[in-house]
Amino acid sequence: MAEILDGAALYLRLVRARLRAQLQYRSSFVLDVIGTFVISFLDFVVILIIFTNVPQLGSWSVAEVALLYGISCLAFALTDLVIGHLDLFPQTIRDGTFDLVLVRPRPTLFMVLTADFQIRRLGRISQAAVVLVYALANVSIDWTSERALVLAGALVTGVLIFIAIWVTVICIAFWTVEGREVANAFTYGGVTLAQYPIDIYDRWMRSFFAYVVPVAFVAYYPALFILGKRDPLGLPTWASFISPFVALGAALVALSVWRWAVRHYRSAGG
Amino acid sequence: MSDFLASLRLDLEHARRGYRRYEVYPAATIAGVFVNTVFGFLRAYVLLALYAHRPVIGGYDATAAVTYTWLTQGMIMTVFTWGWRELALRIRMGDIATDLVRPVDPLRAGLAMDLGRALYHAIFRGIPPFLIGATVFSLILPSSPLVWLAFLTSVVLAVTISFAIRWLYNTSSFWLLDDRGVMIIAGTAISIFSGFMIPVSFFPEWLAFIAHLTPFPSIIQVPVDIFVGRLTGPDLLLALATQLGWAVVLLLAARSVFALGVRRLVVQGG
Repeated sequence: MAEILDGAALYLRLVRARLRAQLQYRSSFVLDVIGTFVISFLDFVVILIIFTNVPQLGSWSVAEVALLYGISCLAFALTDLVIGHLDLFPQTIRDGTFDLVLVRPRPTLFMVLTADFQIRRLGRISQAAVVLVYALANVSIDWTSERALVLAGALVTGVLIFIAIWVTVICIAFWTVEGREVANAFTYGGVTLAQYPIDIYDRWMRSFFAYVVPVAFVAYYPALFILGKRDPLGLPTWASFISPFVALGAALVALSVWRWAVRHYRSAGG
Repeated sequence: MSDFLASLRLDLEHARRGYRRYEVYPAATIAGVFVNTVFGFLRAYVLLALYAHRPVIGGYDATAAVTYTWLTQGMIMTVFTWGWRELALRIRMGDIATDLVRPVDPLRAGLAMDLGRALYHAIFRGIPPFLIGATVFSLILPSSPLVWLAFLTSVVLAVTISFAIRWLYNTSSFWLLDDRGVMIIAGTAISIFSGFMIPVSFFPEWLAFIAHLTPFPSIIQVPVDIFVGRLTGPDLLLALATQLGWAVVLLLAARSVFALGVRRLVVQGG
């Protein structure tokens, strides 16, 4: 327990230091955040264009799809804020700087995940939050404390699921130096998939992304419960409550894959 | 005359180098094809969901829409939609000085290399995702050799236009210390207005009108519309002429802006 508290305290210190560094160039930072905020609406513009052509996507209205978009993009943007630098992780394997992590007196995954904290992701976070607020204002929800809880829980478990996916797939970098792009197919691909109702995808793709790469549990199942919709795929209501367990399971898988990958790591350096 | 032939031989040599530069990284190609294919499936199912409501949208039936998806996934690298910063980096690092003392025109050499690169990407990043898509969906394949000829001409013009646009926004590095903002804006404009994210004919009228005022539809939408048979006869010739017009105008603009930049260029020697 003391170890966890100690780790958390260290993380907070690291984040504070990084914030100080990244806020040095104030105007560049502000421009960056505003720019990302505007440009992140691009994906959402596609959804709006789709709905100028059809009234519904499957059985989902524009506001309901916006809810899926809001939840999954907010969870992903928060993930990106905390561990977005994993995108550059394969580079540390290639140039051998990962060796430095191995000799430090903390767990390797802790060192890698806390290596950066990119505050400029605030632009994307606020864009996703705006869409989420728009969605919540435009869908008819019969609010109960359970529904509010599922919504809040969806964001937390969403972040956990995305972190787990990212860590799991980035381990490819231990075997090939081309890990980044393949990892992107699962991370960016995962969030793109989760922006739309899962029932529009074909069965093989749905099963893969619902149960193997569990992005269906980021937004789809929680949203079904929040909206009081029946699952067109026929899963019972409890599917909306198991997201936290799915997230924990995914995190355990990620942790074991990481440990296994690090054990197999042979440095390229001499 | 022999000067002219010699300069053509030089172009060909540049094109060959452009091709070879990407040929030497087959693992990157495989990883890229994987990512493009995953996104191809995602986009195909989203578009297909629209056809549950209407048989034809924006002149595309379901088969044409799915063909559009796989064709655009294959064209991402061929026309190099995002992230080309070669010239910007050479300007920033000062390597551009070396290019300027060479007895070749940097723009012409750049175009020749880029066409060589595009050939590699068309074959190895363009065709594989399309073939994989064709195993799952029924796709349109033109039967007339004339359509193929028009399509290939259109793609060459699309690469040329895309190259001129990339060259233009890269030259912003002569004036700006940080080209990231320009890169992001250009990437966004290209993604949406080229019809890459969703066909231009799906746009609401006012947005489609704005798109057609820009050169961007010439990069993706025109070649795709030729391939799926939406552009035929006089419309096709007009579209090719428009592409040619944009290619000439943008190459001239690229040349003048580059010359302006060179005039104010100062490289710190060492």
